[in-house]
Amino acid sequence: MVVLKGVKKSYGTGDGALEVLKGIDLDVKAGQYIAIMGPSGSGKSTLLHIIGCLDRPTSGTYHLGGLDVSQAAMDELAEIRNGKIGFVFQQFNLIARMPAWKNVELPLIYTAMPPPERKALATSMLRRVGLSHRYAHRPNELSGGEQQRVAIARALVNSPRLILADEPTGNLDSRSGADVISLFDELNAEGITIILITHDTGVAEKAHSIVTIRDGVFLRS
Amino acid sequence: MRTFEYAVQAWDSIAANKGRAALTMLGVIIGVCAVILLIAIGEGARKYIWKELGELGTNILIVVPGKTAKEGGMHMGTSTVRKLVFDDARILERRSRYVEHAVPVVIGTAYVKYYGKNRDTYVVGVTEPYFDIRNLGIDVGRKFTAEEIDAKRRVCVLGRTVKNSLFGDKNPLGTLLSLGDAKYRVIGVMAKKGVTLGFDIDDVVLIPTTAARDLFDTDSLFNITLKVASESDMENAKRDIIAIIKRRHAGKEDFTIMSQDEMLAVMGKILRVLTSVLAGIAAISLLVGGIGIMNVMLISVKERTREIGIRKAVGAKNSDILMQFLTESVVLSAVGGLGGIGLSMALAWLITLVWENIPITITWWSVAAAFLFSAFVGIFFGVYPAKKAAGADPIVALRYE
Repeated sequence: MVVLKGVKKSYGTGDGALEVLKGIDLDVKAGQYIAIMGPSGSGKSTLLHIIGCLDRPTSGTYHLGGLDVSQAAMDELAEIRNGKIGFVFQQFNLIARMPAWKNVELPLIYTAMPPPERKALATSMLRRVGLSHRYAHRPNELSGGEQQRVAIARALVNSPRLILADEPTGNLDSRSGADVISLFDELNAEGITIILITHDTGVAEKAHSIVTIRDGVFLRS
Repeated sequence: MRTFEYAVQAWDSIAANKGRAALTMLGVIIGVCAVILLIAIGEGARKYIWKELGELGTNILIVVPGKTAKEGGMHMGTSTVRKLVFDDARILERRSRYVEHAVPVVIGTAYVKYYGKNRDTYVVGVTEPYFDIRNLGIDVGRKFTAEEIDAKRRVCVLGRTVKNSLFGDKNPLGTLLSLGDAKYRVIGVMAKKGVTLGFDIDDVVLIPTTAARDLFDTDSLFNITLKVASESDMENAKRDIIAIIKRRHAGKEDFTIMSQDEMLAVMGKILRVLTSVLAGIAAISLLVGGIGIMNVMLISVKERTREIGIRKAVGAKNSDILMQFLTESVVLSAVGGLGGIGLSMALAWLITLVWENIPITITWWSVAAAFLFSAFVGIFFGVYPAKKAAGADPIVALRYE
């Protein structure tokens, strides 16, 4: 499903160029659940951004679901992010002035779905993550764990086949973290591919496989 | 994403910052209100003049001595100008079938005295048809007759202002008052006419034109006021007048014919220029309001950098972000525009309530123009902040604190 070959990414040009990824090969099959580990500055976030179509590799190829997206136009990438990928961030990244259901609805407003259906779908996603009673609450009225579950509902609302999570438990206490991880287990059991970045070996061990990145390359495991 | 959706998103974020939005709109509200009100006052003044001059009679032509350039209003060649005389008027009335009446008008100022009270006022020498031509009604007494005019009788009709200042509540009919060196008998009082274009029509004494010739010791006329039978004959009448007087003045056209319509057209033109200048100045305040919108939108884009990143991460295209912020500034300016329209209407209503004689006419085209201009201001000043938002790198934006 996610196939990277010789992906390099550097920032800047000429002598001052900083090469963050130095040739990454990765093949994630549909339904897999993998954890990426590595120290700060190793390039794992950059890798996740490329996989998530938020960024494009400087060189190398990236096929997502058989489609070459390494040199796709910005608008195409936006459509791919919208329909095929769900993001979960360490900082939750909810919009503060919007109630939970509107945050969940957000990806749908960039589709052709009519408003009543959108609302129904957003509501059912909130129920899916066990927050139907928090439907109208704003992010600052929710606990960290609840906010992250709202973010997961938002990631799921467009029924993507791939969920990308960047340290999803990094800002949570251990219990809420465990809730979030068990939610990922459920999603994976339903066939959704999951790639997550974590520092927490306990979290990483839930994944099918763990890859470690250091200085822009994978360590052989 | 549909236009409706952009509007919903825009409204959402405006509603989240109501106080700031209201202050931003205030600039546009004031600008739009000023544009509409100033145009309304200009338009009202134009209509007012139209109405007032209409009350001074219709189908009127006025012949004045001297050739006046219609546009500039300058007298030229005054040395060779032949004065208009009483016979000119008499012959016009007799020779042209389009001219119903031709009144030789003599105007001067005189000291009017009646027992200890006196007043410096306009004395107008006219003939009897003048009352009908100028819609001057008689309140008490009567107007002078053709016989009195032929006989140079010293009789007079007083305007209300003169009557009130000299006689107060007393009945002036039959009394003698001094006009300059002569005594005149009061035979009538004019109905109140009021102030027209700053000129108090009631501050006059009307006397037979023949008597005025003696009073001011002159043979030349101030003007000849002509009543034309019908509106469709105005052009024919002008042609007749030119031909007849030219023949009497040795073939020279040393006089000018003015019609009420021409005077109205000139005044309307002046007012229109004045109105556009004022509206232009008001429009500048609308531009300043637009800069206020741009300022607030730039702040908003900065504050919502992370939101922009989130939206892009979940699939918003650059064009979606651009349209969202552009719509927001257009909504701000358009709602401000509507507010300005509302405020201008409320103020217009209030002004007419307090000062009855200030003419205000709000025209639909000025409302439409002011609104469209405010929407345009929203687009114009919204593009730069919206482009800034749309161009943000999602990764950088997501990390923005």
